[in-house]
Amino acid sequence: MYSKSRDSWVAAAFVAPFVIAYLVLFLYPTVRMVILTFTDAPLIGAGKWIGFKNYVRLFNDAAYLNAVWHTFYFVLLTVIPNTLLGLLFAMMVNRQKGYLQSLILAAFFLPYILPVSVVFRIWEWIMDYQFGIGQYAIEAVVGERVAMIRNKYWAMPAIAFITIWWTIGFNVLLFIAGLRNISQDMYDASALDGANRWKQFRFITWPLIWPVTALVLTIQLILQLKIFDQLYLLTLGGNVNNTMVLVQYIYKQAFQLNKGGYGATVAFSLFAIIVVVSVLQYQALRAKPR
Amino acid sequence: MNILKIDFAGRLITLITLAIAIVWAFPLYWALVTTLKPEFEVVQPGLNLLPKTWTLEAYTHVLTTTKIGQWYVNSIVVSVAVTILVVIMGALCGYALSQLRFRGRTVLWFTVLASFMVPIQALIVTHFVLMSQFGLINTWLGIILPQLIVPVVVIVYKQFFDSVPKDFREAARVDGASEFNIFFRIYLPMNWGVTTALAIITFIGAWNNFLWPFLVSTAEETMTITVGITQVKDNFGVQFARNLAAAVLAALPVAIAYLIFQRRVTQAIMLSAGIKG
Repeated sequence: MYSKSRDSWVAAAFVAPFVIAYLVLFLYPTVRMVILTFTDAPLIGAGKWIGFKNYVRLFNDAAYLNAVWHTFYFVLLTVIPNTLLGLLFAMMVNRQKGYLQSLILAAFFLPYILPVSVVFRIWEWIMDYQFGIGQYAIEAVVGERVAMIRNKYWAMPAIAFITIWWTIGFNVLLFIAGLRNISQDMYDASALDGANRWKQFRFITWPLIWPVTALVLTIQLILQLKIFDQLYLLTLGGNVNNTMVLVQYIYKQAFQLNKGGYGATVAFSLFAIIVVVSVLQYQALRAKPR
Repeated sequence: MNILKIDFAGRLITLITLAIAIVWAFPLYWALVTTLKPEFEVVQPGLNLLPKTWTLEAYTHVLTTTKIGQWYVNSIVVSVAVTILVVIMGALCGYALSQLRFRGRTVLWFTVLASFMVPIQALIVTHFVLMSQFGLINTWLGIILPQLIVPVVVIVYKQFFDSVPKDFREAARVDGASEFNIFFRIYLPMNWGVTTALAIITFIGAWNNFLWPFLVSTAEETMTITVGITQVKDNFGVQFARNLAAAVLAALPVAIAYLIFQRRVTQAIMLSAGIKG
């Protein structure tokens, strides 16, 4: 029979690859990041221990506070629209059947699997001030051509719009799965009682889909707080300071200005913000809508 | 009368749905069709839905003047390696957490769950320091290693192994099968579907990853395609067709993987969001 210690060795062999990778590539870098925040180290190389100076600097750094503000502004522009539009599109897809349904779902979902660089190339072209086809739409709405990404006011909404275009497929998928779990009997019964579409949505769909909505909101919130890729690429042409977000500020301090210690402090603050926001949101979403 | 009215509203919604879907997919079509036009035609005003002159000039230009072949090789090596390693490590660890009783099991499980809290983007500074200490800047391994921490794969495997009936295991143990045999002959084959789904989504994720490969590869030769097509510029004129042609080439493998394994991709997305599909 198997002995207890032999079992432990077998278990150790199973978990070893993951645990070793986890310790070296996750736990150690996390601890090291915290230690770095107390030093004035450059990106590569040792630094002096300076206590809490980096943290004090953080709260007096206007560029950092701006980055925090821009990050939350971006979250505001993306999280709720992306979730609600995702639900709307999912309901629209869910009404269709067969071939047409797959086709419409594909239209919403395909952008989601594209690499960020491809999304960047597509929208850089469409929004191009001189030649972009999107300028016709912009002219129709705003009244004149606008170089969206380089514009102080339009840059963030434009990047948020592109982000929603890119990522909504994920939300649509989750909502469709949720909608399919709602029994058709409920709708049939309510239709007999004379409920219209709005009442069906308000009193059946919305409360029953709420767990999925809460899940999507949570995933979106944490994801969008970490915004970097598309924003960095789109603003390569300029307007960096009006759109600087937290991850970009880590990049700027650590990699461009060679301030490893301060960059790590910004990174740690991002971690802290994500923890606080997740806890707050968890508390807020536990409440069920009525 | 009333039935007619409802039908009308339903059709209107279907029409609106179709219109939105077309608008949503249009940027993809527009990008694709642009790559088939000569550059001078690309910048002509108006909505020209088809090229007047069809040409592959943009593609041949990208293929002959950039290092796109090398980037492709880099992307394939990195994505395949990340996929294999993540899936194997996740399956092994998930199996141990699900089926074996050992000291530290609970601690390990909560550590895996807690790691969701730490954003990988916050670790870029120390990952870079670590990789440079290992001498791995501008290498395949340097791009691969920090992408290996994907706790959700462990969690998904644990859930699926949990739901395999215990009888299989007992029977195999009675026959004298070792844990490795049970894992490779029973648990893994019974869950091939999950493995395929996780492998595809991990591959797409690794192929699309931007931030880390961008930071760790500064030399043109070691860039993945996702990074390469944004970092290297030609020095002359307008080149929308060429830029987009490079983008289409970069998107091709993930688009094909998605089209072939559509159902698996959907399943994997549900699984990683915590919905067992």
